[in-house]
Amino acid sequence: MEIVGSRRKSSLSSAGDAFPTLPLYRSAPVLEVRLEDFELYAIHRLRVLKGISDGLSRGKKPNEMENLIKDLWKVNMMHSEAAEVINKDIISHFVLRLVYCREEELRRWFLSMETTLFRYRFQLETPEAQRALLAEFDLPYKAINNAEYETVKDKLNQVVRSTGQSLSSADTVYYKVPFEQVPELVATRRVYILKGYAYVAMNQVNSLLVTQYRSNLSKALVLTNRKWTSMIREQEKDRLTPIVEALSVSYLGPDYSQSKEYGEISLKDIDQVAKKSFPLCMRHLFGKLKEDHHLKHGGRMQLGLFLKGVGLNLDDALAFWKAEFSRKVGAERFDKEYAYGIRHNYGKEGKRT
Amino acid sequence: MVREEAENMNTDMAIDGVETDRKRNHEIPDGFNPNYLKIYYGRFFPYGDMHKWMSYGNDGKHPGCDQSYFGRREFSFSLDKDIYLRYQSFNNAAELENSIKEKCPFKIDIGAVYSVDPANRNAYSGANVFTPVEKELVFDIDISDYDDVRFCCSGADVCSDCWPLMTVAIKVIDTALRDDFGFNHILWVYSGRRGVHCWVCDGKARRLNNEQRSAITEYLHVRKGNENSLKKVSLVGHSLHPFLGRSYAEVLKDFFEGTYISSQNLFSDEERYEKILKMIPDESITSELRGKWQDNKRPRDDINIVRWGHLKHVLQSGKHKVPSIRRCVEEIVLTFTYPRLDLEVSKHMNHLLKAPFCVHPGTGRVCVPIDPEQCEQFDPLTVPTLSKLLEELNMGALGPPGDEELENTSLGKSIKFFRSSFLHPLLKSCKEEIESSYASKIQRSKNPLNW
Repeated sequence: MEIVGSRRKSSLSSAGDAFPTLPLYRSAPVLEVRLEDFELYAIHRLRVLKGISDGLSRGKKPNEMENLIKDLWKVNMMHSEAAEVINKDIISHFVLRLVYCREEELRRWFLSMETTLFRYRFQLETPEAQRALLAEFDLPYKAINNAEYETVKDKLNQVVRSTGQSLSSADTVYYKVPFEQVPELVATRRVYILKGYAYVAMNQVNSLLVTQYRSNLSKALVLTNRKWTSMIREQEKDRLTPIVEALSVSYLGPDYSQSKEYGEISLKDIDQVAKKSFPLCMRHLFGKLKEDHHLKHGGRMQLGLFLKGVGLNLDDALAFWKAEFSRKVGAERFDKEYAYGIRHNYGKEGKRT
Repeated sequence: MVREEAENMNTDMAIDGVETDRKRNHEIPDGFNPNYLKIYYGRFFPYGDMHKWMSYGNDGKHPGCDQSYFGRREFSFSLDKDIYLRYQSFNNAAELENSIKEKCPFKIDIGAVYSVDPANRNAYSGANVFTPVEKELVFDIDISDYDDVRFCCSGADVCSDCWPLMTVAIKVIDTALRDDFGFNHILWVYSGRRGVHCWVCDGKARRLNNEQRSAITEYLHVRKGNENSLKKVSLVGHSLHPFLGRSYAEVLKDFFEGTYISSQNLFSDEERYEKILKMIPDESITSELRGKWQDNKRPRDDINIVRWGHLKHVLQSGKHKVPSIRRCVEEIVLTFTYPRLDLEVSKHMNHLLKAPFCVHPGTGRVCVPIDPEQCEQFDPLTVPTLSKLLEELNMGALGPPGDEELENTSLGKSIKFFRSSFLHPLLKSCKEEIESSYASKIQRSKNPLNW
């Protein structure tokens, strides 16, 4: 990528990636970019990634995430010139690669968000587009031919029905993949397995692709980091380096900037409200939580229900508890062991009688 | 030992009735005893077979053989007084044999093949140098995990009414491993008291990582939920996954209806049938059934079969189209009979599992292989025991040292089965694998364009 001064208009050259809507970011494209676009595009993409991060920490379900990502992309990543859209996509990705390659924590966050983004964007593509992307990824799996399909059709349909889907939504393109390459599909019994091969439906090929995408990006980030420290940072110290460094320390947490109506409390207010208005017992629990990043069951229940009572809604509650508990037990364990209890407080789990 | 001395005295003094005296003399008390174990390790434990198995063909002369392979396998010994020795490794069969004979372990466990020999793991510097590289895919099924659904025994006890749970578990899992996952070299072993172990030894299986083992384990795992869930088996969807469907239709349904409900009297006892009724999330159905059964009329046929018939009829009559009822019959059958695996054993490469042909310290029974094709005939109560083998030894049943010396003992059949059904086909396939991978390696290095 060539970064040019703002006087010159950027020229359009094809990125070289075959498909116009979802690039694979395999290598930095041969493009000229204006300096101001360099930063601007990155900020826009960062808004998308932050939005994804926020959605995940609030425990949004997959279909909610899909809609969220669609909106985020539309709001932030469009461009007045239709042809520029793809360039903005690619450029912003590569700029953020520079920004987030420099430390392990940053790399992990970026990898996780970009992979999620890729997964949902892929899902939103048309089947033809998905097939084309699959071919591009060069995975060594072949679609099964009609003859073979006929022999296993019944079993394949049984699998579809066993996951609660209807047959009409099932497609008839299946790939035969060694079972050990799709562990998540095997573990949840969402594929038919025969003699060591899993029959993966078109719409499940996601898993394979996403894993591949993630591993490619992970390797690329490490390489980028090396290049950055050995060469680029020094070369660009008067131009790009300050921009890159500034971008990475921008606020990464959830967006608390919206204020709520009277009668509810929002996450933004919670600290102040706790000091001023909480009863002593709740203030104590709150303080301990902030200090230890953990509360025992009784404490969680007391404080959790109190917060519900003063108007903290479920999403904010999830974000609040997750932010605290992740520091002690990690985000995954939080989702697995504590999130259920919070949703139960709000009546979203359990018998609901 | 008092008993032994008494026997010797009898032999000396016997003049008439030699035969009966001899029989009495050679009776050795059942159970377990460290001295007996020493004799077992001295004359019965199949060191050669174990070494051949654990070498997976690498003890041959082919240039593709890795002579360090056996030495990188971890063994662990449990000695008496709760002493536990981990990270034992041996360079060859003789070292293994000598160490076992010398230490006389109550239990021998087999661990993974590591990147370096476990006994010297601390000699290598650097992190991540000592890591597991290969391990069989293993499963452990223990009948005490079924205590909430068996009423004849509990805990460590096993009888002919509840052992069939293990039999169907073997059938279900064995079929899945062969037909679904394509594995071929599978060894089922009696654990010595109340369960079975399964060793999947294909090269592909040995090289699976933890994530893949976890995936297979979860595929085979059905019961979810804890003490607070009413239903542990929850089948959503309009049909069963082909694997569950096959297991249900080909093995579990017939076992449950034809054998288990009767042998466990699941419906003749109110407390027991209440447990089943709790799994039906529809009050109108359960009260209908409860009413029908409370009149306590004893029918001509087996009451369990009759009442199970009632239940099935009501649930499957199609009147109730509620999704949660749809698969209720299958859920009940699976709750009682579907194999209950110890998940942790299977998920991690470095997990240790008891070696076959050990003697169980609690029962004195030898951990012999089970033929999955004939698992219905397997009876844990007639497995060769330490005392029986010693009796046979005293009566001169052992042949001259060599491959066939145990042929005429009660262990002979097990060893023969181990060799013919498992070891020899496995080694044949290993040999082919070593030879072909070596050949392709040579081919690749010859190709000048490869770098």
